[in-house]
Amino acid sequence: MSDQTNFIEKEDVVVKFCGDSGDGMQLAGTLFSDAAALLGLDLATFPDYPAEIRAPQNTIAGVSGFQVHVGRKKIETSGDFVDILVAMNPASLKSNLKWTRPGATIIVDADLFDEVTCKKAGYLTNPLEDDSLNGYNLVKAPVTMLTRNALKELGIDNKTADRTRNVFTLGIIYHIFSWKLDSTVSYFQTKFKKKPQMIEANKLVLETGYSYADTVETLGSSYHIAKAKMPAGRYRNITGNVATAWGFLAASERSGRPLFLGSYPITPATEILIELVRHKSLGAKVFQAEDEIAGICSAIGASYTGSLALTTTSGPGLSLKSEAMGLAVMTELPLVIVNVQRGGPSTGLPTKSEQSDLMQALFGRNGEAPLVVIAASSPADCFNYAYESAKIALEHMTPVILLTDGSLGNGSQLFRIPKVADLPSITPPMAEPNDKDYKPYKRDPETLVRKWAIPGTEGLRHRIGGLEKDNGSGNVSTDPMNHQVMTDLREAKVQKVADFIAEQGIVGAKKGDLLVVSWGGTRGTTEAAVEELQKQGKKISLAHFYHIMPLPKNTHEVLAGFKKIIVCELNSGQFVNYLRMKEPDFKYTQYNKVMGLPFTVTELVAKFNEML
Amino acid sequence: MFEFPNKTIERSVVELNKADFVSDQMVKWCPGCGAHAILASIANVFPKIGYRKENFMMVSGIGCSSRFPYYVNTYGFHGIHGRANAIASGVKIANPNLSVWIATGDGDSMAIGGNHFIHIIRRNIDVNIVLFNNQIYGLTKGQYSPTTPMGSVTKTSPQGTIEHPFNPGELVLGAQGTFFARAVDTNVKLMTEVMFEAARHDGTSVIEILQNCIIFADKTHGAVTDKEVRDDSQIHIKNGEPLIFGKNKDKGIRLNGTQLEVVVLGENGITEDDLIVHDQYQQDPGLHLMLAKMYPPHFPVALGVIRSAMYPTYDDLVEDQITRAKSSSKILCVDDLLNSGDTWEIK
Repeated sequence: MSDQTNFIEKEDVVVKFCGDSGDGMQLAGTLFSDAAALLGLDLATFPDYPAEIRAPQNTIAGVSGFQVHVGRKKIETSGDFVDILVAMNPASLKSNLKWTRPGATIIVDADLFDEVTCKKAGYLTNPLEDDSLNGYNLVKAPVTMLTRNALKELGIDNKTADRTRNVFTLGIIYHIFSWKLDSTVSYFQTKFKKKPQMIEANKLVLETGYSYADTVETLGSSYHIAKAKMPAGRYRNITGNVATAWGFLAASERSGRPLFLGSYPITPATEILIELVRHKSLGAKVFQAEDEIAGICSAIGASYTGSLALTTTSGPGLSLKSEAMGLAVMTELPLVIVNVQRGGPSTGLPTKSEQSDLMQALFGRNGEAPLVVIAASSPADCFNYAYESAKIALEHMTPVILLTDGSLGNGSQLFRIPKVADLPSITPPMAEPNDKDYKPYKRDPETLVRKWAIPGTEGLRHRIGGLEKDNGSGNVSTDPMNHQVMTDLREAKVQKVADFIAEQGIVGAKKGDLLVVSWGGTRGTTEAAVEELQKQGKKISLAHFYHIMPLPKNTHEVLAGFKKIIVCELNSGQFVNYLRMKEPDFKYTQYNKVMGLPFTVTELVAKFNEML
Repeated sequence: MFEFPNKTIERSVVELNKADFVSDQMVKWCPGCGAHAILASIANVFPKIGYRKENFMMVSGIGCSSRFPYYVNTYGFHGIHGRANAIASGVKIANPNLSVWIATGDGDSMAIGGNHFIHIIRRNIDVNIVLFNNQIYGLTKGQYSPTTPMGSVTKTSPQGTIEHPFNPGELVLGAQGTFFARAVDTNVKLMTEVMFEAARHDGTSVIEILQNCIIFADKTHGAVTDKEVRDDSQIHIKNGEPLIFGKNKDKGIRLNGTQLEVVVLGENGITEDDLIVHDQYQQDPGLHLMLAKMYPPHFPVALGVIRSAMYPTYDDLVEDQITRAKSSSKILCVDDLLNSGDTWEIK
């Protein structure tokens, strides 16, 4: 379209779209990241939205944002600070300015900055006029007016036109990067197949935004980001929740066990339910239960019946499932419980991310009820860890809790598409029909795993349940010695899983001054911070944990290689206290944050420097 | 024998008998407990139903009733308090080829598991719920339950209960139940008959058994089951037959305006033609509800199949949707899924 010659070559750029919830900021961010992905850039996204569907207009509470970090280098986080901010109204400007880099480009809808909206956002004077934004490259675009004018000729009313203002800002952004509009236009063509006028309208607004940007002198030069250097293969963009759902579908296909999900909608886990229910053609049975308890109990019923059984939830739902998790432990049935963590306690911060359910996952049940706990670290690796959770549950006849979190679940990342045949095999311990020696709690001496006898199979009728079982026969037993034996066996069986999982890896040297320990969704930030200091020659390494219960067998050895250990997590110190219990020979420093926000690389680098 | 509408559950090629369903576990209910008769009825009816013995599955929650699965030689699952119906929902949806039976009580299904009870019924999942209604919490030793008559003195109501009890039949029909039957634990023949009818019904079948707890609520159903009164306090309803009861078969029930009324045949010119003819299959639950609500002293209690209406079952609809998705979707394996939508090659 325009003749851009004046490029600035960039390694990476962080763009954030924010406005009122309902302004379509999530969509604008998603379309932008899809376009970037198709151009071969690496990326990570971070949606940041309020719990309310439509909070009061123009208030800070109602601000919805979507941050996208794109680059030619390996993108590990959604970025600490924003390079290009789209702020539709004063409230979104006010709440995002502190995360915006000095000198950043700020694009606002100037039509929405008046006395009333500024006051609602808590501005005493209009920030577009009081010189407070002098340190930024401010683009005062009359987005509302230009969008309405553009659509007048199509006979579209102002209210409908206003709903496409997000697309106008997308046009400006595409101009800044000199990107083609194809991928976004083709999205409109699919989305509005039945409303051809809306295809036309969105396309027109996108082009109007693009052309408008051409006329704005303050935009100056255009950014250029070269293609990222990524391992060869076929790629797609994927969110953590979709990757989780797909990992389970792959495990179902690979194991030959039909997939059953029992679930109750809860933010931010609902997308896994929504995704799985779309795939009935793969035989997935998805049951939207009447509550969280029915979600897990139906899954336990399906597990007894021979399914790869799942239940998905977030913190408060995990609390409701506690008793039934104990039932799955007692009956030694395979089950995966996904907890997409959010801020707690109680209803807490439903749309914000936290790692504060770790202790609950490890110990939150009555009695001694050990189970496997695994944590995914990025949107794309949710696929692998969902797959591994299912594999461990099925092969070891145990419930597994898979911990992800809101940022992972809603965040997206590029995903190198695997072939199902290349994934590790999954072999559940099925009991053979008419096995004369079958007993419900007879165990494999090596793994301590019992056999799975599925209703309908000839010669294997048996009863199990939540009462303590006699080891071997599986009959109800209140014998004191047997209870001791079974308690020990349940623990030992879970610990045995350590023989079947990967050893704990280290980013960097095996010996050094400081070992950074993290787990779950913080990997992108801790790794970026550690690598930054490694480049400066510091003797710092990272041990990021995926396997929490049991811990990898070489955990002690890994921790022993360093003078100091710092454990970073988004809670008040749950993993560090678990390590103090399991690996008491070391002195641990902890770095914690409970603000419903991810770590920033900047704060971690500062903290690590303090310790080095 | 009736033909079973349900063709999905495999039938036994050999004739089965009671002994095929007796487990090796010692039955630990109190001597004189009504549950023994319910167990005997199940052992009677399973061979009659005639499915392969491996295709029966018993599920229970917690309570005296819920020990049931241990005593029947089928696949069985003893769950946690109140969750039998939720567990059984997963069993039946995951494997519709099983004949699923739920043993539950008035605590398990009316109180702690009330939510699952109404929702399994609303969805019409094809399971059979045997509701042991002894109007008391037995296993925890005698606290009142949601079906305990108002004013009853129990361990937790020393001055008498001040709660209005549920009538399970009303709850079932209120939740859009498609099958409701009632029997008494003193009548094995009747229990066996209604269990057979429940098995024939496609959808959630609820059988309420008025059960005696000899220890904590002895004779709680005495007004219905005592020998001296039972002919006048029970009416055995049968599809297609007029509602007649009484020692001398001289009493009947007719509809007077919008109300039920007990009448005496031969008095005031009343004949059989004036009486209601029971239609268990009718879709409209209005009359079924009126029958389910009848209770002494003004009415006899209705025993037998009160409602058995045809509606699609949840589990059939699940299978239908899967079949349709498989025939119309382009995504037939996970590799198809992984490569669907926007993807690109990096070399």
